[in-house]
Amino acid sequence: MSNPLVDMQKPDVIFCIGTNMTECHPVAATGLKKAVARGAKLIVADPRRIGLAEMSDLFLPLRVGSDTALLLGMAHVIAREGLIDEEFIKDRTTGFDDFFEHISQWTPEWAETITGVPARDIEQAAMWYGTADRGAIYYTLGITEHICGVENVQSLCNLALMTGNVGREGTGINPMRGQNNIQGAGDSGALPNNYPGFQAVTDPEYQSKFKAAYGTEVDLEKGITKVTALELCGDSIHAMLIDGENTLLSDPDREHCEHALRSLEHLVVIDIFLTETAELADVVLPATAWGETDGVCTNTERRVQRLRAAVPPPGEAKPDWWIICQIAQRLGFKGFDFDAPKPIFNELCQLSPIYAGLDWERIDKGATDIFNNQWPVPHKEHPGTPRLHEETFVNGRGIFSNVHYRDPAETISDDFPVWLTTGRRLQSYHTRTQTGRAQGIDYLLSEESLEVNPTDIDKWNLADGEWCKMSSARGSITIKVKATNRSPRGTVFASFSFADVPVNLLTGSGYDPITHTAELKVCPVRLEPL
Amino acid sequence: MTHIMEIDGVEVAFSEGETVLEIAERHQKEIPTLCYDPRLEPFGGCRLCIVELEGARNPVASCTTKATPGMVVRTATDTIEAYRKTLLEMVVSENREVDVSPLRGYASGELTGLRERYEIDGNPRITGATSGTSKTDDNPFILRDYELCISCYRCVRVCAEQEGDHAINVMNRGFHTQITTEFDGLLRDSACTFCGQCIQTCPTGALGDKKALRAADDVADAVPNKTRTICPYCGVGCSVDVLTSNEKIVGIHPAMDGPANQGALCVKGQFAYDFVQHPDRLKTPLIRGEDGELHEATWEAALDKAAAGYRKTYAEHGRHSIYGIASGRAPSEAAYLMQKFIRVGYGTNYVDNCSRA
Repeated sequence: MSNPLVDMQKPDVIFCIGTNMTECHPVAATGLKKAVARGAKLIVADPRRIGLAEMSDLFLPLRVGSDTALLLGMAHVIAREGLIDEEFIKDRTTGFDDFFEHISQWTPEWAETITGVPARDIEQAAMWYGTADRGAIYYTLGITEHICGVENVQSLCNLALMTGNVGREGTGINPMRGQNNIQGAGDSGALPNNYPGFQAVTDPEYQSKFKAAYGTEVDLEKGITKVTALELCGDSIHAMLIDGENTLLSDPDREHCEHALRSLEHLVVIDIFLTETAELADVVLPATAWGETDGVCTNTERRVQRLRAAVPPPGEAKPDWWIICQIAQRLGFKGFDFDAPKPIFNELCQLSPIYAGLDWERIDKGATDIFNNQWPVPHKEHPGTPRLHEETFVNGRGIFSNVHYRDPAETISDDFPVWLTTGRRLQSYHTRTQTGRAQGIDYLLSEESLEVNPTDIDKWNLADGEWCKMSSARGSITIKVKATNRSPRGTVFASFSFADVPVNLLTGSGYDPITHTAELKVCPVRLEPL
Repeated sequence: MTHIMEIDGVEVAFSEGETVLEIAERHQKEIPTLCYDPRLEPFGGCRLCIVELEGARNPVASCTTKATPGMVVRTATDTIEAYRKTLLEMVVSENREVDVSPLRGYASGELTGLRERYEIDGNPRITGATSGTSKTDDNPFILRDYELCISCYRCVRVCAEQEGDHAINVMNRGFHTQITTEFDGLLRDSACTFCGQCIQTCPTGALGDKKALRAADDVADAVPNKTRTICPYCGVGCSVDVLTSNEKIVGIHPAMDGPANQGALCVKGQFAYDFVQHPDRLKTPLIRGEDGELHEATWEAALDKAAAGYRKTYAEHGRHSIYGIASGRAPSEAAYLMQKFIRVGYGTNYVDNCSRA
């Protein structure tokens, strides 16, 4: 997030797109609800009539995968109506003249033909966001889990740059991160393109820096992403070490994924349960869980915070860091003689410019009146950076991107005439390895169901509460039908949480070519009564 | 802009918009409250926070009174304290005698604490009607023991103001006042999301954490320890206090000073913690045997086998044949060492985390 969570109470106009925040980030959503109660206008763009849509001033029910078209249409209106921030564009950005010309062709009437959202509603959204003193954008995986995820994000950046809604309180471009330390995993360098602290592996300067620190020369070429690695299993990838991820259930195209992991010569999984993924491993190593492990994590607003052990682990379970050190030591790797998490975190801080001012003691004290611990924290006296891009952008100037709309990897056809979109629910979390084992959650959500518009149920000869067969180009599953107006006509929804309803058997039609993020939000399917 | 007022004979500074209660609390005045939650709009319902205000005919509620320059306030005169005791006796007279477990909720001991402070014993001077009827609700999380309700409306207000759900409200008046959902039904059939905020703000334990109370039945030591950490679920990073008793997690309290959540939690953070001590947890390493099944093993054997596999793969297929995937759920130290393992061990960038799906 460019802005801190407290800023969520402060915008005049809030534009939420591809985020089911009241279910997936409920506590963050309380901030938005307060802003709305105070009179802020809420615009929600989502294929489904989600909770946020119910409380919105303007709901844009776009067809799945058409976000870029909607955002181009909005940019067109903002430019046409002269709602641009000329001073900001002149001082802080580059490429606006080309962009101005580019968007002149993408009228809201054109966008209506792609998105199904009435042109006048696209105009209204653009007018509200364009005239806001403080306009803030919030998005989640509904923007990124597409083959055009990068274009979607660039389109949002275009809107913020042309209206100057960046670098100030109550503004910004704010992706909400989904896991309690997914930000920290990236910060720590577990990425094929970056060393810790987002230092590019392709930069010889950083290569030298890490050669000096680690005593090993690392490739100057980017590594491959997890998606590519899974594709290459059995061909060029023959061994994996997976820590705490139920890859089999969370990733698209489960059959492909299972085949990939089975074709490895050596798979070691570190986890707290014998997950579907761990069941395929040659060696399973029991890790300490949350509540048993001391360490550090980073939240969606880049705040580095302390995790503390409260109870002892079961049996012989050990911390992840200890396990990795033990394997590394057996292989003779240098620099793994740690006996506690503290020196590991301090080593990370020394190598990462965005953590340079942090250390274990500072994180242990927690946020104070002086130190907020939101990165970047370039030196010891620095309080942290709640708001990014206040004076300048890291890379110099904000760049406008002349994006084009692209259809999803697969579109509906006679064989697969229904759009399936996937996501999460309030009461369950990812593949339910945790919430599925929490007493009481079953009372609120005991099984998965397919959300279908009541009119479609009749049209497709389905019945509310009965089972149906749902097929895509990759496979079929059976799932119980639930009638709800949350789903629009022609689009159905299910979460991937329940192992007995493996929705990700169906998904996996395509990937964003740059980020390799799967198009989990769009999957044409066919529904048949059972 | 800083102004000056006088509290108990001492001049104190304040900013525009502050209430007398906020300023007094900043100066360590222990003003009793029951309907007050600093996260919510002042309500002025319980009147316990009354203070003497020079020039005013009657005492005023300090929670709803905005400070003005030159104001003179006395917070604990004998008269004020006598009023407070009488008010408390009236509140207590409506409640059945009860020993409130601290596991009912974050604020559940507030009324009990005030009873002790004002020495209100079991032989009340005031007796009469009682109010509130406890509601049978089969949900596994929220106890609705309204016989302890004092109609402070904190639950109603936290649900509306803090959570924005408006799931509960008040019906009837006077002694018949009752907190309820629409159509007086179960919480499950209302707009309730089971975030647990009502439990945590309730000052009497009328609303209680059923799950914590159940967990406490299994452990001898009922007064829990608290450990501050971060919720294990989404990326918001809510601060929580884990309640433990005899090495068992018995509940979760939201951290009121948590920088990301300021006291708020959701159903997962509040109630879905017991996966940690679930019997399904892996307790020993497992190794796949000749029979193709996974078998329990010692750490020594498992780590040797893990390392041997990488050694063999490296020897046969080279350094670009080994890949590491870090967790978005483990602490950063694990992710850092995962990338270091691949980069130091094999000189490649064949490492990723689970953010792409």
